[in-house]
Amino acid sequence: MQDSHADDWLVIPLYNEATVIADVVTGALDVFPNIVCVDDGSNDGSGEAARRAGATVLTHAVNLGQGAALQTGISFVCEQPGARALVTFDADGQHQVADADAMVALIASGETAIVFGSRFLDGRTKPGFMKRTILTFAVWFTKQSTGMRLTDAHNGLRAMSVDAARGVHLQQDRMAHASEIVLQLGRTGLPWREYPVHVLYTDYSRGKGQSMWNSVNILVDLFFK
Amino acid sequence: MGGQAVLIQLILVAAVAVVAVLLTRSTAGARHQAIRRLALMAFVVAAVLSIAFPVWLTRAANFVGVGRGTDLLLYALVIAFLSYISTSHRRMNQMSRRITLLTRELTLSEARDRRAGADGGSAGTPRT
Repeated sequence: MQDSHADDWLVIPLYNEATVIADVVTGALDVFPNIVCVDDGSNDGSGEAARRAGATVLTHAVNLGQGAALQTGISFVCEQPGARALVTFDADGQHQVADADAMVALIASGETAIVFGSRFLDGRTKPGFMKRTILTFAVWFTKQSTGMRLTDAHNGLRAMSVDAARGVHLQQDRMAHASEIVLQLGRTGLPWREYPVHVLYTDYSRGKGQSMWNSVNILVDLFFK
Repeated sequence: MGGQAVLIQLILVAAVAVVAVLLTRSTAGARHQAIRRLALMAFVVAAVLSIAFPVWLTRAANFVGVGRGTDLLLYALVIAFLSYISTSHRRMNQMSRRITLLTRELTLSEARDRRAGADGGSAGTPRT
């Protein structure tokens, strides 16, 4: 917490998370004064809840998907004068602000430009068997398609310098952006590393999480452009 | 029959493979469109001929190793349907790409306006 994060941004794609978003924003504002929520056409008042909690809210007129929302948030931060780094953060409260803080500190210190959060560098996170199988496949797939040896390919918690973020132009509007963003960040040629993070699997996030059907959709999206 | 059955199987598998490859590739411009239109014209001519001279269809079917003209027609329809799926899938993707870019630009320009408004209100600078 040595750093004020005055020029750092949390980017939160937001779609129908009205019950939790206010708590997530309030909890993060102490550390990150700049939070941009991209309301992806929510119809449950999520955007208003985030705005009341103190976030900057951008609104998609229609629902486009998490990848599209992420890209809008990234483009927005890149336009902010003096912006230094950004963190992609989930709206459902499964990411820890302390992890995001530490990841940005690595970038601020100049040690690296890109930090991927990983659930599997230590034993804190306990995913179920099915989830572990799918994630193992995702790791293998990312290795094949990007050449980057990540231990956790589909972690939504990532920090990047604004220079790195300028190299991100997501075309995958839906869930397949997770592989795409790794690929595009890798192509910037900037130094990257992983950082152990803790992901909280609550009943709420589990209910909304990626199912196995979703991973089929992701693969189809990646192949049939 | 054996050798000829292989011929139609080869043709059909090749056609399916071409459609599958087209599905994964991004579309090219004028050449693709021209080829599509020529193919459509050829299709119309073939349709008229097969109506006027049903025997020709059966003969063509026999030539590639299919028993009846109607069977050949069915196979051709399957291929045509697959390529239709491929084309419309690509069109849909291009369309949603445009909608995404449009929506994003709208969202970002709203944000720019809001900030310009806030700055202009407090400092009295003209809005850009």
